[in-house]
Amino acid sequence: MESFAALLQGFAVALTPAKLMYASLGVLLGTAVGVLPGIGPAVTVALLLPVTFKLDPSGSLIMFAGIYYGAMYGGSTTSILINTPGESASMATALQGSLMAKSGRAGPALATAAIGSFVAGMIATLGIAFFAPVMVKFAVSFGPEDYFALMVLAFVTVSATFGDSPLKGLISLFAGLSLGLVGIDKLSGQSRLTFGLPELLDGVEVTTLAVGLFAIGEALFVVSQHRGKDEILRLTGSLWMSAQDWRRSWGPWLRGTAFGFPIGALPAGGAEIPTFLSYSTEKRLSKHQQEWDTVGAIEGVAGPEAANNASVAGTLVPLLSLGLPTSATAAILLAGFQQFGLNPGPLLFAENPQLVWGLIASLFIANVMLVVLNLPLVGLWVQLLKIPTPWLYAGILMFAAMGSIATKGSVAELLMLLVFGVLGFMMRRHGYPVAPMVVGLILGPMAESQLRRALQISLGDPLVLVQSPIAATLLAISAIALIAPFALKGLNRFRASED
Amino acid sequence: MQSSSRDRSGVVVGLALFGLAGVLMWDASQLNRAVAYGFGPEVMPRVVSAGLVALGVFSVIAGLRSDESRPGRFHVADVATICLGFLALTACIGLGGGFIAAMTLLFVATCWAFGRRAPHVDAALGVALATATYLLFSKLLALSLPAGPLEKLFG
Repeated sequence: MESFAALLQGFAVALTPAKLMYASLGVLLGTAVGVLPGIGPAVTVALLLPVTFKLDPSGSLIMFAGIYYGAMYGGSTTSILINTPGESASMATALQGSLMAKSGRAGPALATAAIGSFVAGMIATLGIAFFAPVMVKFAVSFGPEDYFALMVLAFVTVSATFGDSPLKGLISLFAGLSLGLVGIDKLSGQSRLTFGLPELLDGVEVTTLAVGLFAIGEALFVVSQHRGKDEILRLTGSLWMSAQDWRRSWGPWLRGTAFGFPIGALPAGGAEIPTFLSYSTEKRLSKHQQEWDTVGAIEGVAGPEAANNASVAGTLVPLLSLGLPTSATAAILLAGFQQFGLNPGPLLFAENPQLVWGLIASLFIANVMLVVLNLPLVGLWVQLLKIPTPWLYAGILMFAAMGSIATKGSVAELLMLLVFGVLGFMMRRHGYPVAPMVVGLILGPMAESQLRRALQISLGDPLVLVQSPIAATLLAISAIALIAPFALKGLNRFRASED
Repeated sequence: MQSSSRDRSGVVVGLALFGLAGVLMWDASQLNRAVAYGFGPEVMPRVVSAGLVALGVFSVIAGLRSDESRPGRFHVADVATICLGFLALTACIGLGGGFIAAMTLLFVATCWAFGRRAPHVDAALGVALATATYLLFSKLLALSLPAGPLEKLFG
């Protein structure tokens, strides 16, 4: 019950007029950027990170929470109305959502997505409030070797297990690990891979990499294809859901949340799995089978959208309690924490409980604000989608450059941004996922320092890695998760050649 | 003829990974390793470069065996236009031309790349947007953005 007392204190921090203003500003900005086609929550947060620089830590983290939820909401609007999901986790929503929009029910589709996100967000945030402290208690007994094993598991699941091609995912991860080596080594004070350039001593910024790979890479990819803008479906149908819509939505919302939160909260995060699990479950349970291939079924929007939100909120559990990012968005959130010199993990809960609980409370507030502000404003967000493509991407590129100008303002930083942009473009063109690279950059140095700490304590005995039962189990799971996709593929090929 | 239409990018990626691994190994060899216990700063680069070499081998094999077709041609000139716009922005910031001018250069170049042929309109819009952003961020959020001749007007 101490969670509740702490959470109430958190609300006392977050419910001041100034903090509420930050939260609403964050929600509005997050939605405005998140609604742009091809821009997912990870880039939105990366693009808007500089905006929060000069605020005090608690104020800017609260704004952050707003941006984060706003970005996810904006993404669902885009996937329903123009069927170009900004990220793979919105793909399931786009399937039925765009069918509904085409048959004149865009309003209820947007409403069930928004209210479903709200319901899932509320339950998942409650989950964070309960499970994060439990995880913290558990994590206090973790040694450095256990943390290292946990990070190895996160590497494998982010890059290999869930992608189309584990090889391409691993290549992306290792490119990120290589970038993570750049800069001064914290334990020995020696500089690595800086080639005598003082600009590289601080290492590569996660936000620079993320904005370059995602935002600039996407803009270059779109222009390279001369892909015209996809048709924007008209916003038709009342935004109010009918009694039948409500009856058909609440079950999928709750089931989606039940899929999303646990899968997100495991260090094997990833929002794609729960959204597709929810989609197929709802399709099986639906009493309106004929709608799925014709006019679109509301269950197919309500469930996956709730699952998406719940799983993204779930990734905050390992992030806050262990300092472990398990998705690109979480990696950028971690960079946001680090920008204020805060390191999430058990220590943060002990040293700065006001800040942590203030953040959790503002997740609740941002969630409420989202429904209150955004659903009525949906007409405005749709107008944003109508900006002509050249201006849209020119604006995105301006924003991308501005972030790096505002933080560092150096020529070297801008050139790095461009190099990462071109890299992101080529990776997109050849089907390499970019998220593992971002996670590798931020998690690589952390894994290295945990490993070195573990070996220092054990006086250099590498067996320490398998002597701890936790570490041994986690490493074994990682090994299985790494080999399984290759083994399955080999098995398939074997079967295919037999035919 | 058939082989030329197959996607051989895996081979190129593999060779690039070998190159990257070489750079890591070379850099690691320059480090001073004086550590009592555990390992020094040169070990992690070695581990990563070993991984890169292994992935490089797999990538080359995958590239040679690939039966996927190459991704279609793309509009190189338009991609280059945006890159040049970005370089112009970088030069403008580096030479003290200021935030607004730099942003406008990028804006106009991007619009051109996306097929708009009205640079005057785009430049006007770019200046307006950049000025609004400049004022919003420097005055309201107290971020320091690089000032050039234009920005001094708002001093």
